Parts: sequence; structure tokens; C-alpha cells
Amino acid sequence: MIDFDYTLTTVVLGGALVGLLSGVFGVYALLRKQSLLGDTISHAALPGIALVFLLLRVKHPLALTLGAMAAGWLGTMIMPAVVNRSRIKLDTIIAVVLAVFFGFGLALLSVIQKLPTANQAGLTKFLYGNASTMLRQDVHVMAAFTLISVCAVLLFWKEFKIATFDADYARSLGLPVRWLDMLLFSLIVVAITVGLQTVGVVLMSAMLVAPAAAARQWTNRMEIMALLSALFGMGASISGALLSSSITHLPTGPATVCIITLFFLISILFAPNRGLLWRWIRRRSHHGEITQARLLEELYWLEQNHEPGSHYHEIRSLQAVNRERIDRYLDTLTQQGWTERSGAGGIRLTSAGLKQVKTAHAEMEGKERL
Amino acid sequence: MIFDIILIACIVAAACSMPGVFLVLRRLSLQSDAISHSVLFGIVISFFLVKNFHSPLLMIGAAATGVLTVMLSELLLKTKLVKEDASIGLVFPALFSIGVILISKYAGDIHLDVDAVLTGEIALAPFDRFVVGGVDLGPRSAWSMGLIALINLLLLLGFFKELKLSTFDAGLAASLGFRPHLLHYGLMIMVSITAVGAFDSVGSILVVALMIAPAATAYLLTDSLALMILLSMGIGITSAAVGVLLAFSLDTSISGTMAVVCGMFFAIALFFSPRYGMISKWLIARDRKWIFACYTLCVHLLHHEGTPEEEEESHVRHLQDDLKWEPKYAQKVVASGIRNGLLLKTGNHLHLTPLGKETVRSLMNRG
Repeated sequence: MIDFDYTLTTVVLGGALVGLLSGVFGVYALLRKQSLLGDTISHAALPGIALVFLLLRVKHPLALTLGAMAAGWLGTMIMPAVVNRSRIKLDTIIAVVLAVFFGFGLALLSVIQKLPTANQAGLTKFLYGNASTMLRQDVHVMAAFTLISVCAVLLFWKEFKIATFDADYARSLGLPVRWLDMLLFSLIVVAITVGLQTVGVVLMSAMLVAPAAAARQWTNRMEIMALLSALFGMGASISGALLSSSITHLPTGPATVCIITLFFLISILFAPNRGLLWRWIRRRSHHGEITQARLLEELYWLEQNHEPGSHYHEIRSLQAVNRERIDRYLDTLTQQGWTERSGAGGIRLTSAGLKQVKTAHAEMEGKERL
Repeated sequence: MIFDIILIACIVAAACSMPGVFLVLRRLSLQSDAISHSVLFGIVISFFLVKNFHSPLLMIGAAATGVLTVMLSELLLKTKLVKEDASIGLVFPALFSIGVILISKYAGDIHLDVDAVLTGEIALAPFDRFVVGGVDLGPRSAWSMGLIALINLLLLLGFFKELKLSTFDAGLAASLGFRPHLLHYGLMIMVSITAVGAFDSVGSILVVALMIAPAATAYLLTDSLALMILLSMGIGITSAAVGVLLAFSLDTSISGTMAVVCGMFFAIALFFSPRYGMISKWLIARDRKWIFACYTLCVHLLHHEGTPEEEEESHVRHLQDDLKWEPKYAQKVVASGIRNGLLLKTGNHLHLTPLGKETVRSLMNRG
């Protein structure tokens, strides 16, 4: 029973830290349109982990994380260097670095697996993540990195924000944008390598993209977005970790990714204002308003071009709306007192309706003058 | 046995290199990453339906998943709620995750383990023979991959003009009545089918290496599309063969080693390509500086030729005052001018050779 509690708290703590970090730093990756960077960094980290183990024969999480960080950082730095100095485009070098580093990592892992003395069992968990093998020691290392990264973000919040949204403005203020970018990327590398243990190399990129993309739908303020993203990340990675340690043969990474993708789907569907449902409702109501305005306009035109007075126009002759739906719109207009109907399929503007059309015209003219 | 493995690897590499060239040129390299991951979902789902790993239906189902990935990404993009990078990065991890979960939950039913998803099982491929009427015709995957390579080749030859035009000038292609969007999907189907076929032998991530790295290497070596395709095929096949041999002698993962060899060829081209390599680019940039200085000097000399100030202006020491050159720098420029036959130095005075005059005149006329 004690053992179970130990595992449980370790898993929950670890998951929370991973979710927090990837949530916060995913916001920057998303806003800079560099979401796929996470994919490269996490794949590139694998040879770092393998090399540290192969050379030093240690499995201490701090050493492995540092190895992963070094390799991930190297992979990140290769990309701009190649893009700036050759005809190779960014997407190509991302794919090449990702696949080649990862291939190297797999080759190294295959060497490690053949070592006679190695207790290599722990290393393959970096592929898909395995929360249930996490130790307190791992959590301590993760906590230390989280603390440092979060402090750095809080300290440079304003600077990172300006450099992300308007690098030219930041430069004109005299901020060292190059250094800020470098620091931010290093922090993203840290966030990714911390997450490798629970989510794994293959799927870590989703942990960077999905919470931030979900959070983006709920708000336009970066502070709230980062907070929400961290919450989503924590929620997904804690529940993913819990699920996978209670169900056998369920790798943590894929479980977490499925949950966070669900969060994202809910967000793009139901988030107020930006969400698809809201957009659909708004579009419908706009459509109704526009159709009503067009009907009034048509009636006004008929009024102008025929003899004035108590003349009813035939509903059948109206062209603004197709015939099946016209009754609904005319009912609304009549309810509002802008039109009145005769019994025999006729309709005309009331004086209130006339006033409504003229107000609309005046508004249009005012806008045109602007 | 090792010969069979090399054969399979080479066929896989050849098949991958054909769509790879267009992915690189169209800046869609990351679609190969997305598709090669998400076809796993298709493979697993189709397997549950047909219960046979060699059924062509499996291939069709998996290829459809590849297309589904592209369509879902485009659908997400169309909502304008996420940008392009995120739209790719959200779809394939989700599909891949579902695939991995299904495999690990139903490991008993599916002859595929989670590790093999990433690395493939090329070492086991030769044991699965293609036997017709009792005659052993070689490894089955060599045949299936050969078929895919053949399909790719036929499509490439059949639609070469269309692919070329829509890759380099999509607007013109559309205005001439080709359908760039249709071609785009055609290409994506090609990538998907190839990824499914290669999945078995090299795994999901190394498909990316075999598609993109040889094509990128070839891109550094040539400007001709046909040559680029041939080169990338050759480089892919060589990387595969060298990779397998190296893996056997070092006793490492075959697919991982193949990826590393691909990366090595890419790095060599990146540095040493005669025209687009970093080193030759650096050399050209360095030479350009001296050539420009030389031309400046020649123009200066021609300008004052035959004037009363010629005596003074053509003096070596004068370059420091007039062109504001450091003595050492001026010396180097003069030396390079003489070496290239543009200048003559008599005593301390500089004169243009006929070649020098000719060069300056053609320079001035160019503007």
C-alpha cells in the first residue's frame, strides 16, 4: 500500500511538472509559428541520452537530462546555421535533423542493448514514455529544472513577449533580441527534455503544440493563455500518467497525447468567441440580419418605383430570399412593425419600416464619408 | 541473407527517393513525417478489418489514412484557428498515439510490437519468402516494395511534365488548366503508399530519412529536376547498401545506421558541393571581395589614363590616399591584378594591360 502511494504521488508530481513546463513554453513555440521545432528537438535528444549512458554508464536522471539537452540544443542550432548558409529550406533541414539524429539514437540504443553488463532497461522508456517507472529522484531533477525555467520566464516575461510579437520593436527598444531568442529556445529545449521521461521522444511535440493551441482559443491575452495552457498540459499529463500506470500495456505518451488532443478538440469547438460553434451561431444571426435588411431594401425600392400610398406588393415578386424561407423572414419583419401583410399574399413597408431603411442609408453614407 | 537485406533496403530507398524529391522541392518535407506516423493508425485499423498483413486492402486502408492526415490538417487550417505548423503538429501525433495504444493493447492479435514501429524489422524480412507454386522467388517485401517503386516510377514518368510545372510554378500550372490541388493529393497518396510499404522494413521515422535526406543531398548538387531524381535515387541506394553493411560490421540497428549514413552523405554535400556547398560558397564570397577591389583599381587607372595627373594617380603609394586602402591591402589587390593579367607594374607605377582595359570597358558598358 505504501508502495502504491509512493508511485502515485511520484506519477502525479512528475506529470504536473511536465504539463506545466510544456504548457508554458508551448505558448511561445505556437505564437512564433515554430510548433514543429518540438518534434525535432525531442527526436534529436535521443542520441544525447544514449551517448551519456554509453560513455558514463550512469542512469542518473540529471546526467541523462543534460545529455538530452546538449543533443537537442545542438540539433536546434544546426537548423538556422544550415538555412542561412545554404539553399536548403527550413522544412527540409528539420526533417533531416529529426530523422538522422533519431536514427543515430536508435543505433546507439541497439549497441547499449547488447552490452553484457548494462541495466539498460530504463532507456527505452524514453521512446514512448513510461510514467510508472519514474522515481522520486527523477521528480527532484524535473522540479529543479521547472523551478529554474519558470523563474526565468517570470523574470523575462515582458522581454520574451515583445521579442515574440514584434522583434523589430524590441530591437528598437535596445533589447538584445538575439540573446533573448537564444535563451527562450534553450528554455524550450529544457521543457522538452524534462517531458521526455513521461511522454517520450516520439510524441513530445504534441505536448508542446496541443495545450497552447487549445488555450489560444479561449483568450487573446498572453498571460491567461500561458496559465490555461499550463493547466491543460498538467491536466492531460497527470491523467495520462495515472491512466497508464493503472492500466497495463498502456504507454504514457500516447495516452497523454490522446487526452490533450481531446482538450484541443473541445476548445476549437466550444470556446466562446473563437470556437466553431460560436462562429456558426454568429454567422447564422448575421445571415438573418442581412437578409432582413435586403428585404426591407427591396420593398423600399418597389415603393419608390411604383405609385406611393397604400399599395401592397406581391410576396411572390420579391427576389431577396428564395421562396421556401421567405415567410419566416417576413414574419420577423412584421413582428417588428416594419412591414404589414395583406391577406392575399401582399406586403408593404410601414412608416416605421421606411424610417428603418432611411436610418440604414444614413449610416451607410456616414461610413462612406469616413 | 545479408544480400537479401541489402536488396530490400536498396529497393526501399529507391522507392522513397522519388516522392522525396518533390517533397523537398515543394517544401513539404514535414508531410513525410506526418504521413509516416499516421499510416500506423491506418495499418492497425485495416489489420483489424482484414486480419492479414499481406492483403492489398491493408495497403489501401493505410494509404487512405495518409490522405486523411493531409485533409484533416487542411481542415484545421481552414478554420483559421491554428497556423499551418500547428495544424500538422496536432493531427499526426493523435493518430499515431491511437495506433500505438491499439498495438500495445492487442499485442497478442497483431504481429507488430511497439519497438518495431520505430525501427522496422528489416533483419527479419528475408525469412518471409514469396513462394509461387513451390518456387521460391525471393523475399516477399522485395516484391511488394519493388511493386511500389515501379508504381512510383510509372507515375513519375507519366506525370513528369505536370509535376515539374506545378512544383516550380503552381500559378502557371493552374492557369494552363492543370489541377495543382489534384496533383498535390496524388503526390500525398504516393508518399502514403511508399510510407506504408517501407514501414515494415525501416519503421516510421526512418522513412523520413530515406525520403528527405537523399533528395536534399541531390538538391545541393544539381539544378536539373531529372538529374536530381536520378542522383537522389543513387544516393539513397548507396546509403542503404552502405548502411546495411556498416550495421552488420558494427552490430547496430540496421535502420538507424542507414539513417546515419544518409545524414553523412547530406553533410558531405552540404560542405563540399561544388556549387552550393558551404565551403565553395565561402570561397566564392571571399574571392568576390578581391575581384571587386581589382575592378575598382582598374576603373581608377583607366579613368586617369592619358590625363596630366596620370603620373601621380597611377603611383602605388597614391592608392592609400585616393582609394583609402591600407598599404597591405593595396599590395594584395595589386598582386591579384597582376596575377590575373589585368595590370602591369613598372617601377612604382601601374598600367592596365589590354585585357585590363577590355575588362573595364565591358564593366562600364554593362550598366
